[in-house]
Amino acid sequence: MTAQPIPAAPDLDLLPSDVETDLRRSVRAVLAKTCPTEALVALADGSDDVSGPAWSGLAHDLGLAALLVPEEHGGAGAGPREAAVVAEECGRACAPVPFLTSAVLATSLLVRLGAAESLARLAEGGTAALVVPAGTASAGSWARRTGVEVSGGRLAGEVRGVVGLPADLLLVPVHGPDGPALHLVPVDADGVAVSTHTSLDATRPVSDVRLDVEAGTPLATGDEVTAALDHALATAAGVLAAEQAGLAAWCLEQTVAHLSERRQFGRVVGGFQALKHRLADLYAEVGQASAVAAHAAAALAGESDVPVSVAVAQAFCSEVAVHAAEEAVQLHGGLGMTWESPVHLRLKRAKADHVLLGSPDAHRDALARLVDLAAPTPEAG
Amino acid sequence: MSEQHRSDLEQRVTALLEAHDPATTDRAEFLRARWEAGLAWVHFPAGLGGLGLPRDLQAHVDDLLAAAGAPDNAPERNGIGLGMAAPTILAHGTPEQHERFLRPLWLGEEIWCQLFSEPGAGSDLAAVATRAVPDESTGEWVVNGQKVWTSSAHLADFAILVARTDPDVPKHGGLSYFLLGMREPGVEVRPLRQLTGEAEFNEVFLTDVRVPAAQLLGAVGEGWRIANTTLNSERVSIGGQAVPREAGMVGKVAQTWRAHPERRTHGAHRRLLDLWVQAEAARITGSRVRQQLAVGAPGPEGSATKLVFARLAQELSALEVELLGEDGLRYDDWTLSRPEKVDFTGRDAGYRYLRAKGNSIEGGTSEILRNIIAERVLGLPGEPRVDKDVAWKDLPR
Ligand SMILES: Cc1cc2nc3c(=O)[nH]c(=O)nc-3n(C[C@H](O)[C@H](O)[C@H](O)COP(=O)(O)OP(=O)(O)OC[C@H]3O[C@@H](n4cnc5c(N)ncnc54)[C@H](O)[C@@H]3O)c2cc1C
Repeated sequence: MTAQPIPAAPDLDLLPSDVETDLRRSVRAVLAKTCPTEALVALADGSDDVSGPAWSGLAHDLGLAALLVPEEHGGAGAGPREAAVVAEECGRACAPVPFLTSAVLATSLLVRLGAAESLARLAEGGTAALVVPAGTASAGSWARRTGVEVSGGRLAGEVRGVVGLPADLLLVPVHGPDGPALHLVPVDADGVAVSTHTSLDATRPVSDVRLDVEAGTPLATGDEVTAALDHALATAAGVLAAEQAGLAAWCLEQTVAHLSERRQFGRVVGGFQALKHRLADLYAEVGQASAVAAHAAAALAGESDVPVSVAVAQAFCSEVAVHAAEEAVQLHGGLGMTWESPVHLRLKRAKADHVLLGSPDAHRDALARLVDLAAPTPEAG
Repeated sequence: MSEQHRSDLEQRVTALLEAHDPATTDRAEFLRARWEAGLAWVHFPAGLGGLGLPRDLQAHVDDLLAAAGAPDNAPERNGIGLGMAAPTILAHGTPEQHERFLRPLWLGEEIWCQLFSEPGAGSDLAAVATRAVPDESTGEWVVNGQKVWTSSAHLADFAILVARTDPDVPKHGGLSYFLLGMREPGVEVRPLRQLTGEAEFNEVFLTDVRVPAAQLLGAVGEGWRIANTTLNSERVSIGGQAVPREAGMVGKVAQTWRAHPERRTHGAHRRLLDLWVQAEAARITGSRVRQQLAVGAPGPEGSATKLVFARLAQELSALEVELLGEDGLRYDDWTLSRPEKVDFTGRDAGYRYLRAKGNSIEGGTSEILRNIIAERVLGLPGEPRVDKDVAWKDLPR
């Protein structure tokens, strides 16, 4: 085994620019209007009055479907730092929108592969979904798990646990006879069947996609597909960290607010030291998650130190988000267990986010390779 | 803005190095020239070793000078002076006090210690009982009392001191802040040995020690407010410099892991990666705190930095002892020593494990830091107070 030096960390700018601060303000205002708690809670009961208005507010009023689409294709030409700001607000609001899956993940992939026509469609508010199982963190891990094949001119098979549907366009990576390839399939093509499951996180549904369609010419093939997939998954994972940081910050703020009012034993419960100390620890974690997510976004924007920054961000922010949501449920007492309270929505989203683009364990395993901290060999110990 | 400052600073550094080639210039002389050039601490005012620039530019100056082989002022020898006494004197001192104290402090000609804690006043710092009484005939203050856990008192020339000047008002109101000469008659320093075997800290007995009127810092009765400047500076100085990835304790443990493939276990691997990620998160957070300070927007994150640092240092050093197996059971040296500087990551794994236990006690315990975050940052109610409106002299002790 050859030991490589660990990658040095660049000195990245972690403070928001004025543009980012303005963007945050607009996104927060739109989501405050379009994502009321009752409507979010009703999602799991099958009533959806919220996804449409929320996405329309982001995509049409603010033009965020096209945030990462280059200007020459009708988009805003922004980068991962701006995407992270939007995602952080989506995490706070628990917004049921395809921003991460379409505007970040699918869009990054299409940008890398220069898919002008599809990008123009996305810029107008269309949506796309990458058809891989949730939990996919890299092109390598996807290749082991996909079930779609190309043969006899047809693209056929099933992929379970796809997030980002409904969407207009499916991006289907396959391992064909000539290596990796990426196919674009309109969701309304003959031979596409999408069945949406009851999901742990109703704000981001999970679907199974069954395909038996004309294969046509793939958008791209070979190493280009693998590299573009890795890039898009890393971008999405880094931006997801911001969503997790935003979700965690919301949990902390709501819990502090609740415990500042709730009285028991003749005192405000938030005055009990056992709880103050838990909240102080959570405050430290949440502050760190926000810094780590900003670091991942800055690394992605500068295209430096991306693998380590993203792995650290996913390993750290996933855990903080779940911890913050679990603390929020516990410290709200009985209220935290109720269907009406918005707290459980964050717990479900946090736990789903935990596995969405690779678990913290998977990212720690990746780090072990990246920073030369190898696992034990079988004969050791 | 910042680019302009940087190139201006680079020119000043070049000019300093040209006029005082580190290879041929005497150390003390070089440091004096650096002070005069305003490159000692660039965020201090002109004439006091600085240029009134953003604080984070200092790291750039330090890097340039280090690369040129210039001597530094051995900051680790005077951590309390540089990190705590200097910002407090700058904020609350008179022009005469600035003139008298800051230059020798920065040059390392005068070492400082902190006489805050007492046997009956640790976490409850406002409870200090050491008395300072004015001598009407000379205008001096006469100090009597006992301090404890005083790091570096055996090396110090001066101390920042909190003492009680009015026992008839509630405890926070009756304190004053002094700059006390440690070589004066009546100051007795006795080593206190730590669980590591060495004696970094001391007991200090103060018997009729005379402090000139000019060495009262701020106004009489303002001691508590000024002490808070000191304690805040302490927290800020922890996040004060950029550190490379894998610096400090995490680097020690990572090296141990790489050096001993035969000792690896899956459980330890999981803990190591988890702690590595947490250490990286702490490093990135520190870097953001520094950037916030530099643009004049200090975030409250600073108060969480020490809390996280202490826990990580303890978990990492504990893991290292376990990783080393039978070698972890050895200790390098139990001989009583009086170190010139605190070296958190020096020596062996066993030492690091033991010394790290102090990280959650010194400079405010982790419990007190959690109270500060909960009350001052999150706005939660304070602890029930039994001593709030009672004159200090009437408090049960
Ligand atoms: C290595 C080292 C170096 C030091 N150097 C210096 C120095 O140079 N100068 C100096 O002045 N001091 C120094 N100190 C002293 C240090 O600041 C004090 O030890 C510290 O503030 C704690 O005070 P205490 O030891 O009296 O503990 P106590 O206040 O007696 O605390 C005992 C325990 O009770 C907990 N506790 C106390 N109050 C509360 C509360 N309200 N809520 C919850 N928990 C509470 C504490 O966290 C602790 O766990 C040093 C200490 C160490 C370990």
